[in-house]
Amino acid sequence: MELTTIVFYVFAAITLIAGAIVVFSRSIVYSAFALLFAFFGVAGLYVLLMADFLAVTQLMIYVGAILVLLIFGVMLTTRVIDVQMRTGTIHVLPALLIVAALAGVLVHVLVSTDWKVLPELFTPEETAPQIGTALLTTYVLPFEVASVILLVALIGAAMIARRERKV
Amino acid sequence: MIDLNSYLILSASVFVLGVIGVVTRRNAIIVFMSIELMLNSVNLTLVAFSSFLGDATGQILVFFVMTIAAAEAAVGLAIVIALFRNKQTVNIDEINILKW
Repeated sequence: MELTTIVFYVFAAITLIAGAIVVFSRSIVYSAFALLFAFFGVAGLYVLLMADFLAVTQLMIYVGAILVLLIFGVMLTTRVIDVQMRTGTIHVLPALLIVAALAGVLVHVLVSTDWKVLPELFTPEETAPQIGTALLTTYVLPFEVASVILLVALIGAAMIARRERKV
Repeated sequence: MIDLNSYLILSASVFVLGVIGVVTRRNAIIVFMSIELMLNSVNLTLVAFSSFLGDATGQILVFFVMTIAAAEAAVGLAIVIALFRNKQTVNIDEINILKW
């Protein structure tokens, strides 16, 4: 077996097992920590797909920002002293039906479609220069809009989360 | 060599896991984590297609998805915290003041 194949299966297994723990774990803290490994697994797969810039971005944004934010959310909304860390499930049977239908559709589409791809994995030298050039030429408008969205989200989050001022 | 279908099946599985989390879990923050899982699986699909087509455009799309995910995480958690302050719970089946 080739080395890349082994690496792919290792990262795929990390992502899937961690994802399953996120979804099925009874303890919200276990879920948060499993999400860390799921993000790491996806970052590893990005490296395997030669997307070096995105792998680093994934680690910085997801692991560095979103996960920390989520753990803050866990700590702020769970009564740690009361040991109220357990969380339940609802609507298991209808959910199973919906998910089975969705999985069936997804698998059917990706098996039956004849994807037009290159015969072998394309290996550019570096993706960061390409992405940077495209972001500042072809995609400069979405890039600027994204910056405005981030600013709006920042102000909005601070507005929503702060305590109401007594009038 | 890993083919495209392996990546697609993996990301479909992760997406389905995320859907299970969204429709079955009661805690809003776990629903949130499941949404992040789903975003990650779609990103993985985009990167896989981008690499197998030899075109960096898919990776730019992933970059924007990450931006939106960060904004969504900030606003979503702010809403969850505001809800917790008002209702003392983050269980989504107990937050039903829009239902009558």
